Amino acid sequence: MKRILSVLVEDKPGVLARIAGLFSRRGFNIDSLAVGHTMEPGISRMTIQVQGEPATFEQLTKQLHKLVNVIKISDLTEDPNVCRELLLVKVKSEPSTRGDIQQIVSTFRAKIVDISIDSMMVEITGDEDKLNAFLLLMQEFGIKEIVSTGKVALARGAKATTLAAGDKDKKK
Amino acid sequence: MRMSGAQMVIACLEQEQIDLIFGFPGGAVLSLYDALYDSSLKHILTRHEQAAVHAADGYARISGKPGVVFATSGPGATNLVTGIATAYMDSVPLILVTGQVASNMIGTDAFQEADITGITLPITKHNYLIKNVKDIPVVFKEAFYLATTGRKGPVLIDLPKDVQNDQAEFCYPEEVYIQGYKPTLEGHPGQIIRAANAIKKAKKPIIYSGGGVVHAAAWDELRAVAEKGCIPVTTTLTGLGAFPTDHELFLGMPGMHGTVAANYALSQADLIIAAGARFDDRVTGRLDCFARQACVIHIDVDPAEIGKNVEAQIPIVGDVRKVLEQLLLRMEAGDTGAWLEQVNLWKKQYPLTFENSGDVIRPQYVIKELYRLTAGEAIVTTDVGQHQMWAAQYLHCKYPRSFASSGGLGTMGFGFPAALGAQVAAPGRVVLCITGDGSFQMNIQELATASRYRLPVKIAIINNSYLGMVRQWQELFYNKRYAETFLEGNPDFVKVAEAYNIMGLKASRPEEVEPVIRKALEHDGPVLMDFVVASEENVFPMVAPNTPIDEIIGGGSK
Ligand SMILES: Cc1ncc(C[n+]2csc(CCOP(=O)(O)OP(=O)(O)O)c2C)c(N)n1
Ligand SMILES: [Mg+2]
Repeated sequence: MKRILSVLVEDKPGVLARIAGLFSRRGFNIDSLAVGHTMEPGISRMTIQVQGEPATFEQLTKQLHKLVNVIKISDLTEDPNVCRELLLVKVKSEPSTRGDIQQIVSTFRAKIVDISIDSMMVEITGDEDKLNAFLLLMQEFGIKEIVSTGKVALARGAKATTLAAGDKDKKK
Repeated sequence: MRMSGAQMVIACLEQEQIDLIFGFPGGAVLSLYDALYDSSLKHILTRHEQAAVHAADGYARISGKPGVVFATSGPGATNLVTGIATAYMDSVPLILVTGQVASNMIGTDAFQEADITGITLPITKHNYLIKNVKDIPVVFKEAFYLATTGRKGPVLIDLPKDVQNDQAEFCYPEEVYIQGYKPTLEGHPGQIIRAANAIKKAKKPIIYSGGGVVHAAAWDELRAVAEKGCIPVTTTLTGLGAFPTDHELFLGMPGMHGTVAANYALSQADLIIAAGARFDDRVTGRLDCFARQACVIHIDVDPAEIGKNVEAQIPIVGDVRKVLEQLLLRMEAGDTGAWLEQVNLWKKQYPLTFENSGDVIRPQYVIKELYRLTAGEAIVTTDVGQHQMWAAQYLHCKYPRSFASSGGLGTMGFGFPAALGAQVAAPGRVVLCITGDGSFQMNIQELATASRYRLPVKIAIINNSYLGMVRQWQELFYNKRYAETFLEGNPDFVKVAEAYNIMGLKASRPEEVEPVIRKALEHDGPVLMDFVVASEENVFPMVAPNTPIDEIIGGGSK
């Protein structure tokens, strides 16, 4: 089963290796991973999508908690959340197909960001369903290259996945 | 005060009340050793870095204090790896300080460069590569805090050469602030009540206690809970000594070479109180058949251990000592009379046995004699193999923190250096190292260390000319095809000892065993005893791997 984790980590050297290494050691494949800053200096957020059985997944989360640089883990899978990914797609185009591509692009509220003689580059953000549907259509024209950011996600509503006051007084 | 990074390391260790380091120098730690030269810290020079870690490990297990190791970069650091993994598996607090090539050379495959923080990532509780001399005090403070709190373990600090030489103001922090680390120590009160209720209701309870009880110094509480609840106790290999072995509630060790009573009791219990133990496969046997009727109370400071192998109906995260204390206040004994009768019957029916002989020395006989002649007062370290299991079965220790064996990793070569560390930790006590002819040769060079520091450890080699435990499996499961387990080419161990200026004694006949042991115990220096024993003796009882633990070979089955 697919899971989406939002993990707050200390922005220290090696932290990505620690986390990635743990996943592979415990037999989990990372489908997607995105890292970025938060509002708090020195703290980054990782959004990680993995596949795994519920029991082993619980074990993985506990092991993840044991990493000293990991501050907080939120499992967003069950909660209402907004999950997005940004994709750049380079698609083959000829004068005769440009119009069709443009129409699809605008229906999907994507953007054309570059045009050359025989191709166009499209920027699109969205959830997995939307991106898959878009890619299916683009395949008709011929996709030359794709790059994606990996998923980022936040819980909807008031539930915060940032630090609560209590997460910070870990003093001896 | 302004000082160099190397001097800071020494100052940090002094601040942490460390008075002893095990180590081995080299190019990348010249400055560190130079700073050590001026200090009052004692340094024990081993002959191999692996032995330095095992010695520090033995020191830590016996003293309860963290062990500290110095090693140089590259090969010095990689030689630590087996020792670190051994300590990690058994949750032993260690601080490992390694030299590293200069910061500007890192990543260039410089001479004696190894990415030791990368290499030890999965076998340390945490590790650091220090890039700025100003970070040294905070990192050391954190490292000691991490190593010695929560679930204990090894922490490695990698120090580039230039950082050791750079100067800065030294100020040791009073507090630790680690955002992502907050071990839970108190047990949840609601869970304590649920546990107390389960104990009150149970008719067939058992306490299964492990190394965590030793690490948390919870032996008094363990005993009090057992006695108050009239609950029999089984302790794992790393938990041996935490419960008095002559206590009427003691069942011995569980698992693969455990007692029949312990395994039957675990299999038929209606309540298992697991305290600082992790349901290792050597204990549970085939997991889906393990303790099927039992409700499990699992007490552990590491939440990741709970539910990992065996589902816990009543999980309690917390320091074992605190939790047992809390439990004591709440609990009442259940009606366990009939169960205790049953358990005692098993103990009587299926004692540990072996056949003595007048011609050849039985290995178990040596162990029993060592026990008798040291009256359970000795500190015991073991290597890995048959001799280890016989030691666990027959060489009981009266006191906690008196038994050190590589449980989780099962590292041959651990026993002898660990004995040296144990002797340093407890200078006034008899330290026995029970080793095998195979294992001993994995760190035999440490005879030099024993000799130089006149550490009076008594080494007992159970010499069967085989990698005995592997041979036993070949005999039982591979049709007696003894592939590469006969140790042809073994040296004359007595002569080896003598070459290091250590007393060597040999016994080849049963009647020679007692005099040899007596002579060794009377001698005030290190002694090597070579016991030439029956070569194809097997360890029983035995539960074959991945079978239910009540299907026992040898030692009486139902
Ligand atoms: C470093 C290491 N290598 C290999 C093994 C596998 N192994 C387990 S027990 C054993 C035999 C040990 O022989 P010895 O020390 O003579 O003890 P015995 O079983 O004969 O008492 C071996 C090879 C191990 N545990 N550790
Ligand atoms: Mg042997």
